[in-house]
Amino acid sequence: MSDFPSVKLHVVTGKGGTGKTTVAGALALALAAGGRQVLLTEVEGRQGIAQMFDTPPLPYEERKVAVAPPGYSGQGGAVYALAIDPEAALIEYLEIFYNLKRAGSALKRFGAIDFATTIAPGLRDVLLTGKVMEAATRERRGGGRLYDAIVLDAPPTGRIARFLNVNAEVAGLARMGPVRQQADSVMNLLRSRKTAVHLVTVLEEMPVQETVDGVGELTSAGLPVGGVVINMVRDPLLPHDTLTAAADGKVDAAEITRGLKAAGVDDGARYIDGLANEVTEHARRVLLEDRERTLLAELDRPMYELPLLTDAVDLSCLYELAGQLTEQGLG
Amino acid sequence: MSASFDVDALLDSSAIVVCCGAGGVGKTTTAAALALRAAERGRKVCVLTIDPARRLAQSMGLTELDNTPRAVAGLESTQGGSLDAMMLDMKRTFDEIVLTHSDPQRAEQILANPFYVSLSSSFAGTQEYMAMEKLGQLKATGTWDLIVVDTPPSRSALDFLDAPQRLGRFLDGRMIRLLLAPAKAGGRGVMKVFTAGLSVFTNVLTRIIGAQALKDLSLFVTSLETMFGGFRERADQTYKLLKEPGTAFVVVAVPERDALREAAYFVERLGAERMPLAGLVLNRVHTSAVDGLSVQRSLAAAEHLDESGESPLTAATLRVHADRLAAAARDGHMAERFTAAHPGVNVVRVRAQSTDVHDLDGLRRIGLELAG
Repeated sequence: MSDFPSVKLHVVTGKGGTGKTTVAGALALALAAGGRQVLLTEVEGRQGIAQMFDTPPLPYEERKVAVAPPGYSGQGGAVYALAIDPEAALIEYLEIFYNLKRAGSALKRFGAIDFATTIAPGLRDVLLTGKVMEAATRERRGGGRLYDAIVLDAPPTGRIARFLNVNAEVAGLARMGPVRQQADSVMNLLRSRKTAVHLVTVLEEMPVQETVDGVGELTSAGLPVGGVVINMVRDPLLPHDTLTAAADGKVDAAEITRGLKAAGVDDGARYIDGLANEVTEHARRVLLEDRERTLLAELDRPMYELPLLTDAVDLSCLYELAGQLTEQGLG
Repeated sequence: MSASFDVDALLDSSAIVVCCGAGGVGKTTTAAALALRAAERGRKVCVLTIDPARRLAQSMGLTELDNTPRAVAGLESTQGGSLDAMMLDMKRTFDEIVLTHSDPQRAEQILANPFYVSLSSSFAGTQEYMAMEKLGQLKATGTWDLIVVDTPPSRSALDFLDAPQRLGRFLDGRMIRLLLAPAKAGGRGVMKVFTAGLSVFTNVLTRIIGAQALKDLSLFVTSLETMFGGFRERADQTYKLLKEPGTAFVVVAVPERDALREAAYFVERLGAERMPLAGLVLNRVHTSAVDGLSVQRSLAAAEHLDESGESPLTAATLRVHADRLAAAARDGHMAERFTAAHPGVNVVRVRAQSTDVHDLDGLRRIGLELAG
């Protein structure tokens, strides 16, 4: 059972280096299982989705990048991907909503497109969130939503509240008119039960601190915090009761020397100091991870854990991660 | 093999060191460690971070970082150097520019304009402009021998370089003249430059953002006009400063595919801009000091112990070691791939630390590793 049955828009954020794009991809696959149609979007022009799914760079167009097992109905699930480009989004927006076919080129001539997409970065975020909302609410012929779920590979944790809240900012500037209406409807969606912002982190101090700060900022902006995904978790290698002593540098060298001999490592004495040191460093790292996990637990949000993949992430790894997310209730 | 990276020579001779790289690679810590090392080698140093996450404060043991450089206490040196640190407050920097470059009445108008309020405080991207501005200001005081800059953690970290050009393009563009026209001439200006294109343009803007908002925007641009001109001039100067011989760029990465791809992008971009690249700092590189006990041998021995049930501690120890060797091999491979593609780039490796760095001792240890 999914922990987020009402959610249609899953926003995935995380500090750089925590693997947020990978988690977004795995979540999209997990949501597509059982025959659902899922759109995975990115907004930072990094082409991270194309790299992950090993396809050529994505144009401003929805492309099928992966399939998922069919559900009871027999219909196969699919993940579509879209890299949202602010300039194309602006022109499309003008054409669709204002029926201003020629406006795009006129605005371009006056440098307004440039202005909107690069000079005024806030407007850029308005366009990006506006396009996400358009995809989320788009209907298929004959009624019903075209996509069952949207996954947004969003800007990093440090900027996420500001990014999602940009439409509230705009609503403060434009007191009436279509922009105001558009801004209000985007904020209504983002603040509703149909949206959840998931935060990806690893068990290190600064990413955890940013996650805690991010949850605070999202909450005070009235944005719905979803789950916390702890990525790149390593298996515990040392017996838990030896950790504290080992972290203090108390490693039973005599025991390890005996053990090495028993295992047939005859020149064990040569390695013992180096090995003891590695055990101490490992124990310190594990204890730090435990402390960070406790801090995350205090946020009182559903937590999910994904293992560290030692090889480069390819499509089969993504399916594996997707399966783990489903098992744990995210997706 | 890449050339070695003489970090001490860099710290002793540069006037500006800019650290760039993807988010989450330890840029802020690297900047702080470089600054501390330079200060303890006798230079007067200021480190400027642009990151809103208070990370520098954490890693330097400071509780308060505002928009003014603050002295960092606890330097261990008899060389006469000093270290100041500051975190960019983009709104305050923007406000200061307004106050410095306009008369009090106009300044008050600007500071109260709704467009100004949101542009200066909440829109992403403003920090790049303001970082440029602040770097120029710090440099102009002549107080420091060396300024170490940590860049924003976005994909667009090189917005830092692009900011002045973009601003120039904007100011020279027709868009701003159109926005200026109605406010200046009370509407008559619009008539003067009336064209079919313009009527579409103003119609579109009015339909989209509403008449009141257009008026606010126009007033905002008008009141900023003179100030923006000055800002562009100073930003141009800072851009030139970045190309001068005293400036060096340090690209920071970790041995992972995405971070190194980003690093390669920075290296190529800096080359294209003829910006002086000092080298690559590769953080969090795994190593093992235990020589001669291979992954295979360790794992075989661990399995042997598992089967016999003897010494679980030794089996665990061997797995910890095998894990670490495997990580070291992966990291080495990633580093070699980068070097093969960019053979001219100096590389220095910093070992993975078992705990995060958040005090001067930790920064000092990193500094030692950076110096090789």
